[in-house]
Amino acid sequence: MWKEIVLLVRKEAVLEWRQKYAINGILLYVISAVFITYLSMGAGKGNLGVPVWNALYWIIILFSSVNAVAKSFVQEHQGRQLYYYMIASPEAIILSKTIYNTLLTLLLALLGYGVFGIVFGNPVADQPLFLLNLFLGAMGFSASLTMVSAIASKTSNNGTLMAILSFPVLIPILLMAIQVSKNAIDGLDREINAEKILTLLAINAIVAVSSYILFPYLWRS
Amino acid sequence: MKTYWWKILAIMLLAYTIIAGLLIDVPRLPILNETIRALFFHVTMWFGMLLMLIVAVYYGILHLRSGDLVHDDMAVEFTNTAILFGVVGISTGMIWAKFTWGDYWTNDPKLNASAIGLLMYFAYLVLRNSLTDVYQRARISAVYSIFAFAAFIPLIFILPRLTDSLHPGNGGNPGFNAYDMDSNLRTVFYPAIIGWTLLGTWISTLRVRFRRLERKLEDKLINQ
Repeated sequence: MWKEIVLLVRKEAVLEWRQKYAINGILLYVISAVFITYLSMGAGKGNLGVPVWNALYWIIILFSSVNAVAKSFVQEHQGRQLYYYMIASPEAIILSKTIYNTLLTLLLALLGYGVFGIVFGNPVADQPLFLLNLFLGAMGFSASLTMVSAIASKTSNNGTLMAILSFPVLIPILLMAIQVSKNAIDGLDREINAEKILTLLAINAIVAVSSYILFPYLWRS
Repeated sequence: MKTYWWKILAIMLLAYTIIAGLLIDVPRLPILNETIRALFFHVTMWFGMLLMLIVAVYYGILHLRSGDLVHDDMAVEFTNTAILFGVVGISTGMIWAKFTWGDYWTNDPKLNASAIGLLMYFAYLVLRNSLTDVYQRARISAVYSIFAFAAFIPLIFILPRLTDSLHPGNGGNPGFNAYDMDSNLRTVFYPAIIGWTLLGTWISTLRVRFRRLERKLEDKLINQ
């Protein structure tokens, strides 16, 4: 099972590397989104309040990860999906896609963080906590988005459906992540955040486990 | 009589809820005053909604295990009625909030959670409509409804408890928690929950029967 997952994750990475336009496109998406925000806020370094900085950052990450993960089940055509269906177990497929998308989302989040820090200034006081929270947020986003993109890929207008199906599911994760990252920016005592981090982890676990259980039924069709 | 006794019970309980709910003596609490009666007509909606969503998830699981469309009918109609209850719950809550908090919408975690929950289930309806094959529609929407329910639970049970809410009983507001929920209130509150839930079940089963008749008719037309 583990070998299968590692192989599938590597397959995703190789596939991404071969058609570079997809990943380059999404990286450019993040940068231009940050830049548009920068221009429309008309704010220079340090002019932005912490809550606004935080909210803008997470909204940009939310939209770019929805766009990045949306293609994870549509980029390969039906014939190849049938081939995977015959050689791999559905559990391995959902886990490998989730792991790969976690890495992708994390990459996006880190890139966004870098660009955001350059144009808006970096107010974060507690870096390790901020990064840990980023990792947990990316995990939760990719776990729910992978499942939703699997659902949306079965329909004809999957762009709209991807958005409307995933936003409500993502909101609990987004809310917790925003709260923790606000505390990390302010550099509050870590004990205050322990409970929230745990809650975030628990929500991630719920989403991941339910998609692990449900995906085989989806895959069959 | 064997099969429809619970419909009579529903009518009796609801009549009791409306009459007693509007007429009994209620404790006078600051801010709430007479609006405490919203307990019977607003709070019960959420209980009804949650119970019906649980039923819908149960039938969703049954459908995934058996692939039988009969279970899908139940799942979708119970979800529909749950959405109806949710909409009624949110609108009664807004009217109530206008009179107690002075605004139709406040940034309260419970309000936001219920709105998000409704968004989730509206998305469920859109998803259903965008799939044309009956069996595929049934299976995929069952998967989404279980998935959405799993995300809905932390939303309404965990997150509101991490922040203060304006709702009665939270954050130092007067309310109907264990110690000040008058026993008078309880005598109407619990029957009201059962009554509204039975009404919801009634609506759902009626629509399920309608759906099945429709399908039978369609089959007849195709196969003649």
